[in-house]
Amino acid sequence: MLKVRVIPTLLWKDFGLVKGVGFDSWRRVGPVLPAVKVYNTRDVDELVLVDIMASQESNEPDCGSVLDFAEECFVPLTVGGGITNIVQIQRLLRSGADKICINSAAYADPGLIESAAKRFGSQCVMVSIDVRRMADGRYLCFSHSGTREQACTVEDWARRMQDQGAGEILVTSIERDGTMQGYDLELIEKVVNVVNVPVIASGGAGNYEHMRQAIQSAGASAVAAASIFHFTEQTPAGAKKALAAAGVPVRQNYCPPAGH
Amino acid sequence: MIVSIVDYGMGNLASVQRALLELGATPVVIDAPEQLRESDRIILPGVGSFGDAMDLLQGRGWVDAIHDQVLQHGKPLLGICLGMQLLAQSGNEGGGDTPGLGLIPGEVIHLSELGCTLRVPHVGWNAITSASQLQPSPLLAGIPDGTDFYFVHSYAFRTQQSLHLLASTDYGIPVAAAVGSGLVFGAQFHPEKSSRAGFRLLKNFLELTSC
Repeated sequence: MLKVRVIPTLLWKDFGLVKGVGFDSWRRVGPVLPAVKVYNTRDVDELVLVDIMASQESNEPDCGSVLDFAEECFVPLTVGGGITNIVQIQRLLRSGADKICINSAAYADPGLIESAAKRFGSQCVMVSIDVRRMADGRYLCFSHSGTREQACTVEDWARRMQDQGAGEILVTSIERDGTMQGYDLELIEKVVNVVNVPVIASGGAGNYEHMRQAIQSAGASAVAAASIFHFTEQTPAGAKKALAAAGVPVRQNYCPPAGH
Repeated sequence: MIVSIVDYGMGNLASVQRALLELGATPVVIDAPEQLRESDRIILPGVGSFGDAMDLLQGRGWVDAIHDQVLQHGKPLLGICLGMQLLAQSGNEGGGDTPGLGLIPGEVIHLSELGCTLRVPHVGWNAITSASQLQPSPLLAGIPDGTDFYFVHSYAFRTQQSLHLLASTDYGIPVAAAVGSGLVFGAQFHPEKSSRAGFRLLKNFLELTSC
């Protein structure tokens, strides 16, 4: 049976990791490499690493750094930030990224998702969608780290991205991000209902119960979280233990049998 | 031990290389088929689509060189993910049947064509079960049933004969997780990304003795 993944999200800005609230008020939380090492040692299910300034500043993805991070990472690594073309994707994959994550560039050029999926397979193309709930109740998409409003609802965009070949959708609630008040379950469920690819819930996890809700109530295939792991005593391993107790299938770490 | 990682322009080679280094092997990323001669083991990685990959392998002369090294010189080969699928006789990704390397009888088809009704791609950690309880493959030594590996794929290998299926995983339907024929092996999951369990499998591959 396929296990539900608990995915720490590492947001990377300049030379270190940061974490904000509502895509703002960034706090430094330490250097990247030691964090990757620790998560690798703790055998997390997967890591998502995003350079949050790359698109805003039109920077190229930093393949050199990715190479360093990937060297310490023997669990799946998804890398995002600043990706605008196929050559960059190829370089990132060669640098040790297993999947790539595209957000802003997809709005300007939806065909990028299609060509990436054709060339590298849907399974390595994750599309990240940042969403704000508007006063009228609609969920609208935002690009460039939440700074630019896009004229589409999350339902339309998620479906379109799936049709273009996205293999996974990472959906983040901008308002919930960093608040640790829980995922926006309505948002997650809307996306789960309009696509057939796996949906990763993001934005707002503050405790293990929030993760359980995103999975069992909203139907997410995986939960991503950052603040809860940076700022509280809660860990990915603790999350998986709590989820298992609630009946959610999670991965058990490998223990070699005696005599081997 | 020299382990050649075939670089035909697809896939994440760094992770495989790094995992093999950790295990004490000498991994070499090779981009010319002649270099296969120097190797003790061959790894065929791959991310991408079946048709594109076969085009690249054909165009650069890999197909004959791989056949020669594996079939004539008995070098063990491990295909990973798409690399495993390429071992089949054919694949229909991208429309139409594309001939594969033909090292293991079978075909590669979409998960939904196999009858899978769950979300595709099949992404994440899933448990494998050895196909033969009496005689598990040496590739799976020390890996008990129920061990989770990292999968990420939309197409799957359907072996023609059950003896070539080494392990399967359950994604609503049984899906081939590992295949093998003689010294040719394939893993649908990514051992290089499956943490300790994956290292164990790669170690088994390095320690294979000629059958």
